Amino acid sequence: MAMLHLVNKSPYDACSLDTASSIMKGDDSLLLIEDGVYAAVKSGKAAARLAGLKVSVLGPDLAARGIGEDKLIDGVTVVDYAGFVDMVEANDKVQSWL
Amino acid sequence: MSDTKKFMYINRKAPYGTIYAWEALEVILIGAAFEQDVSLAFIDDGVYQLTKGQDTGGIGMKNFSPTYSALGDYEITKIYVEKESLEERGLTLDDLQHLVWEDEDEDWAEKDSIRLVSRSELADVLATQDVLFNF
Repeated sequence: MAMLHLVNKSPYDACSLDTASSIMKGDDSLLLIEDGVYAAVKSGKAAARLAGLKVSVLGPDLAARGIGEDKLIDGVTVVDYAGFVDMVEANDKVQSWL
Repeated sequence: MSDTKKFMYINRKAPYGTIYAWEALEVILIGAAFEQDVSLAFIDDGVYQLTKGQDTGGIGMKNFSPTYSALGDYEITKIYVEKESLEERGLTLDDLQHLVWEDEDEDWAEKDSIRLVSRSELADVLATQDVLFNF
């Protein structure tokens, strides 16, 4: 029973990434959207929270914020809105950490 | 006695996720018309406001980041960016827009607006201000 976790807050401004990443298990995936995308920046302090997790980021939100894909930690997948829908469909539940 | 006060606008929020950054710019530009001695500080998630290459085409919001490069024309020439906030977020000055102003006393020489400061240097700057606005 895999769950998709959505985080839309900056990890430097809210604790939602901390909670989400520590509650994730098994085949769960994490999709970073809106200000949540900042967590995936390589050499940022929050990047350590993503170690060992299946992580995707929403491309349009990255582009809006001027964060190039070359700035991301290795292993992170960039998805578009259609990819977002695919992830929702591929998981049994969606947990949105507002 | 001079009516000019030292105004400091402190920006601590990322753009687009909330309206704070955009509203701050509106207030800053209006305030600039009153010929005060204006400084801006970007700390915590506020440093994200200045990243270069922002492209909001995919999220259906207005890209207001080009406005920062117009601040020099409004005689806003002191933009403090906190070093610790950048480093914690894995960013460097190279990830930010190159903001400049033209000095009319030196034949319109182009000068950098951004001053990279440590937290303790920023504390000293804040101590010299008359009015603080927070966004």
